[in-house]
Amino acid sequence: MFLARIVEEVVRTDGRQVLAGLIRLTGDFDAAEDALQEAYARALAAWARDGIPERPAAWLNTVSRRIAIDRIRRDRSTALPPDLEAPPPEDIDPSGVEDDRLRLLFVCCHPALSPEARCALALRTLGGLTTREIARAFVEAAEATAQRIVRAKKKIREARIPFEVPPRRKLPERIDTVLSVIYLIFNEGYSSTDAPSLLRPDLAAEAIRLARLAVELLPEWPEARGLLALMLLTDARRAARITPGGDLVPLEEQDRALWDRRQIEEGLRLLDEALDQRTPGPYQTQAAIAALHATAATPDETDWPQIAALYQALLGWTPTPVVELNAAVALGLATSLERGLEWIERIEAGGALARYHLLPASRADLLRRLGRGDEAAAAYRHALELVTSPAERRYLERRLIGVGASLFTFSTSGSSTADRESEK
Amino acid sequence: MNYILLIYGDEKAWGSLSKEEMEKVYEGHRAYGEAMAAAGVMRGGAELKPVSTATSVRFSKGRPKTVDGPFAETKEQLGGYYLIDVENLEQAIEWAEKMPGMTEGTVEVRPLGEGS
Repeated sequence: MFLARIVEEVVRTDGRQVLAGLIRLTGDFDAAEDALQEAYARALAAWARDGIPERPAAWLNTVSRRIAIDRIRRDRSTALPPDLEAPPPEDIDPSGVEDDRLRLLFVCCHPALSPEARCALALRTLGGLTTREIARAFVEAAEATAQRIVRAKKKIREARIPFEVPPRRKLPERIDTVLSVIYLIFNEGYSSTDAPSLLRPDLAAEAIRLARLAVELLPEWPEARGLLALMLLTDARRAARITPGGDLVPLEEQDRALWDRRQIEEGLRLLDEALDQRTPGPYQTQAAIAALHATAATPDETDWPQIAALYQALLGWTPTPVVELNAAVALGLATSLERGLEWIERIEAGGALARYHLLPASRADLLRRLGRGDEAAAAYRHALELVTSPAERRYLERRLIGVGASLFTFSTSGSSTADRESEK
Repeated sequence: MNYILLIYGDEKAWGSLSKEEMEKVYEGHRAYGEAMAAAGVMRGGAELKPVSTATSVRFSKGRPKTVDGPFAETKEQLGGYYLIDVENLEQAIEWAEKMPGMTEGTVEVRPLGEGS
């Protein structure tokens, strides 16, 4: 059991790098995944017999490459891709690995794939997310996500989408998708679907690393800098966002001394550099919002009017219901809570976000601030019916108790999650 | 790897071009074909006569029936194709992007089955 855990750990930390190299080698996502799976099985046997190698990741890399090459030799009658003739590297070359993962990102984001498939594939391959986690990010059924991924892999193989960073002149038309996929990976790391602790810092770190590569690759692209700034400013709050017990702490209750100052400084500097390039965009706008939070010494000093104005600008670029919800909350806090509430109710009446727990949760929050406890409780109960993350669930339950309601009170509908819990 | 570049455009727009304009497009295709040959990727290609000349043999329950017209009436029609042999889709797209005479329309890039 102990050994299995070590192998698992190696796969978790280095598996995605090894996988990216295998995809480059084979040009086939499934073949690469199979080879890694087989190497994993062999590692269990070999390490039990011979002990754990000095560099387990390098071992896994070498063995999985051999397996992949053997299989291609066996399966293919056609000539081998030229890459296969080169001897497999004995170790993971850090610079090569960086390239491989960036290449993989560009393959996953190729315009020959449908936009939905691009994100799903990148999250699965680079983010190492499960189909279920991806399905939640897209708010769709897991089967639909699985189908998308299968089709995308098939197209990459059969139409032969190359494993390379596109030529420089093509980068501008490709970079937007790449950035959006990086941000999706970050978001999944920041509010993880299934992890009991809510956060998956490994995913957030991976997204930040990829964004750094994107900035390096496209220094003249302010949105890449804006995205990196946004993620650094958001991630800087990580330590304050969750209690040691794994509970969610809302922004206004966070201990601001726990915020990562160094990361905030870097984010602010990057944002300034991006804004100096004088081509505004959605990531820079969101980074500016995060910067206003990061530089407020106390919650009361938060510049809500400016945040509300920035959300209004953001709506111009990305007029999605989720952005609208944020704009409504910001407007409520900037002007009057009632105005925010009215806007949220309009969104609700529009029928969008019917399955999105943050819609009733935001409404509940404004109602709570207005001192309308009973209505707030009903909205918190509604949010609890929709929430999937355990930490967010606990937060909503705390809020529900906070407005003076019992978790175990039967609601009139008789079907709230709290009710179901109480029956256990 | 072999790809076919299927050129779709509005025949009416093509038909309304002046003789000089048409000649310019043909000149473009001659240069394009030469560039493909020089790059060693050219495997063939042709212009198709207008869809008004098309005949379709439609099958139902295994029985063929000859009818007038193309496979489907569309706003843009298949007007020609190139067959190329390149490394990957990226290169095929590069060639498609350089298709002469395209102001509107579509070039569909499809890989050919193995062994063709």
